[in-house]
This record gives sequence, structure tokens and C-alpha cells, in this order.
Amino acid sequence: MVTSQALDRRDAVIALLKDRGSLLVISGLGSPSFDVHRVGDTDANYYLWGAMGAAALMGLGLAQARPDRNVLVITGDGEQLMGLGGLATIAIAKPKNLTIVVIDNGHFGETGMQKSHTGLGLDLARIGAACGFAQSLLIADLAGVEAVRAQLQQAAEGPRLYVIKVKAENLSRSLPPRDAIHLKNRFRSHLGIPVT
Amino acid sequence: MNDAESSQLPAPAVPAVVPPWALEVWRVLKTSNVRQVSYVPDAGHARLIELVNADPDMVCNVLTTEEEGVAIAAGAWLGGMRSVLLMQSSGVGNCINMLSLANVSRFPLLMLVTMRGEWAEFNPWQVPMSKASEPALRAMGVTTMRADTAEDLIHIVSCAAALAYEADQQVAVLISQRLIGKKHW
Repeated sequence: MVTSQALDRRDAVIALLKDRGSLLVISGLGSPSFDVHRVGDTDANYYLWGAMGAAALMGLGLAQARPDRNVLVITGDGEQLMGLGGLATIAIAKPKNLTIVVIDNGHFGETGMQKSHTGLGLDLARIGAACGFAQSLLIADLAGVEAVRAQLQQAAEGPRLYVIKVKAENLSRSLPPRDAIHLKNRFRSHLGIPVT
Repeated sequence: MNDAESSQLPAPAVPAVVPPWALEVWRVLKTSNVRQVSYVPDAGHARLIELVNADPDMVCNVLTTEEEGVAIAAGAWLGGMRSVLLMQSSGVGNCINMLSLANVSRFPLLMLVTMRGEWAEFNPWQVPMSKASEPALRAMGVTTMRADTAEDLIHIVSCAAALAYEADQQVAVLISQRLIGKKHW
């Protein structure tokens, strides 16, 4: 059981995305989208502003469409909990090029910091393991984040889930574009798909 | 792939008797270059699900709930792949908020919905969502097309695929329970 929650969420995302190479990144609504945007906007990022529960599954669809690329989803505990069944679907689909990172502050940060299920004791990493993720880890410090970073750009035996425990705090927001059509078209252009 | 070629496609080997429309829908999906299929099973889709699972050129996802398929299809399109989502009418209600994703991003979405609760239905629990399916889809900006005969269905799926993937629309084909036939209990 992890008791220390000293890790700053932005430090965690900075460490994850350092030297990201050709990683394709999808971020879940709320703070994860702000974190990913703050670290650095690029055409290879697709930020969600809604559709709670979608992030990891969008990652699955993208990973299946582009088996030649590695896909990283960065989302929050509340967002992933709404799509809990999606962990089962992803585990069964067994993509080798998909990593789900849950930035887990144990709270619904955008709505007044109410405790979430993970804040009340639920362990998402154990759920990932039970679903059959090839690797499902609870990470509580920066060294742990840095240890998995290199793996994000490598194919694995199956999907990976990293649950990173962070402090519950509302940091300054770094707002990505909200025009989802713009984000879609620039992402596809980044992959060489012509805009019709 | 043109129509002449697609009609020559060898059907994947499947153990059960395949109703002609399931095979034809599979051919239309092939012709439309659909390479990903997500589904919550329905008896009406059973043969089509067997066909797509037996097709080595299609990636198939079995879902725990239908809205997952809306998100998967969006991710596939980001990566340049065409996806189709199969469900029965009761699953439409599960998709409502997730359809925001397709709507606001103008992601193509093709849904093939087998209707329950509208024709010789034994189970009253199927009726409310059956009645609400088409209005709910339309409320979320999804174009609906209804197929009452097998002949119509093939043509409609083909046109719905074009509207979805070429005009970036969200389209649901509602497959009449009359077409599928009465479920035997």
C-alpha cells in the first residue's frame, strides 16, 4: 500500500514526456490535458475536454490503427474510473504499443476535490493486473516514473498501465485548444494523412 | 476495391449458416475499407460478428459497454483507420454522452444497430430504449437511416458508410426487428 503522496503531478508528466521521441499522446479531460499541454504542445498530442471515460479507449483505437507507433494515454483517476470497463476491453485486445498512465490524485480535481474511489482505497493497478495488462504498476515517486519512461517507446507483450500517485492540488491551468476538429486535423496531418 | 472485386471476395469460413444479408453487409464493409469492428453482441448481429472475427484483415474488439466503441472509432480515425460499431438498440442509450466526442470533433462514426422491442417482442424491458433510440441518436446529432428489408439494408449500409467516412458524419443504420426476425424463447 502506498502511503506517500508527495509527488507533484506536473513533475511526473514532465518526467514521462522527456525525450518523448515519436510517441503519440492522448490526454484525458481536466488536469491531465493541462499537464500535457504545459509540458509542451505538439501536433502529436490530442487533448480531450470532455467525453469522460474515452481517453484510454481512444488510445486503443489509435494503437490498433497505427501498430508502427507507440501510443501513450495520460489521464486522471476519475476519468479512468468512468471507463473502468475499458481496462477489460484493452486487456483483451492486447495492443503491444499502448501505455495507459493514470495520474492518480485520489480526487475529482475539477469539481471541488471530492474524494474519488482511488482516494477511498481502490487500487487501479490491481484492477489492471486482474484484467490482464502485461504490466500494471503503482508508482509513487519520480524515480519510479523515470524507470518506466524508456519503456513507453518500446513495444511490449501487451498493454501497460502505470498508476502514478500524486499530490491532490489544483495547479495553474495551461489550456490547450478546445477546437477538437483542429486538434484532429493537425494530429492526422502529423501522421501524414491528408486533410480532405 | 471496386464492387466487382468485392463480390468475388471469398467469405471467411464460419461454422453456422450465414443469412445472406450478413454476408452482404460484410462485403460492403470490406468495399468501404472498414478494418476495425467493435461490438457488444446481439443475436441479430451474430453472423456478422462471426464473419468479421474470421476475417484476418479486420481488428475486432468486444466491448463491455457500447460507448467504448465510440471512443475506439475516434482513436482509429485519428490514426487513419475506418471503424464500425455494432450494437442492439438497448446499447444506444449507453452511448449518449460519448457521442459528444464524435460530434464535437466531427469524427466519422458508423453504427449498425439491430432493433429490439418493436416487432413481435417478447421482452418488455427492450421496449423503452427501443422507442428512445432514434430520438436519442438524433438529439446527439447522429443521422439515422432505417432498413426494413434485407435489400434496403445493403444499399443503406453502403450509403451510410459513404456519408460517415467521406463527409465526416455520425450515422446509425437501424436494422428493423422485422428484418431480423422474431427471437425464439
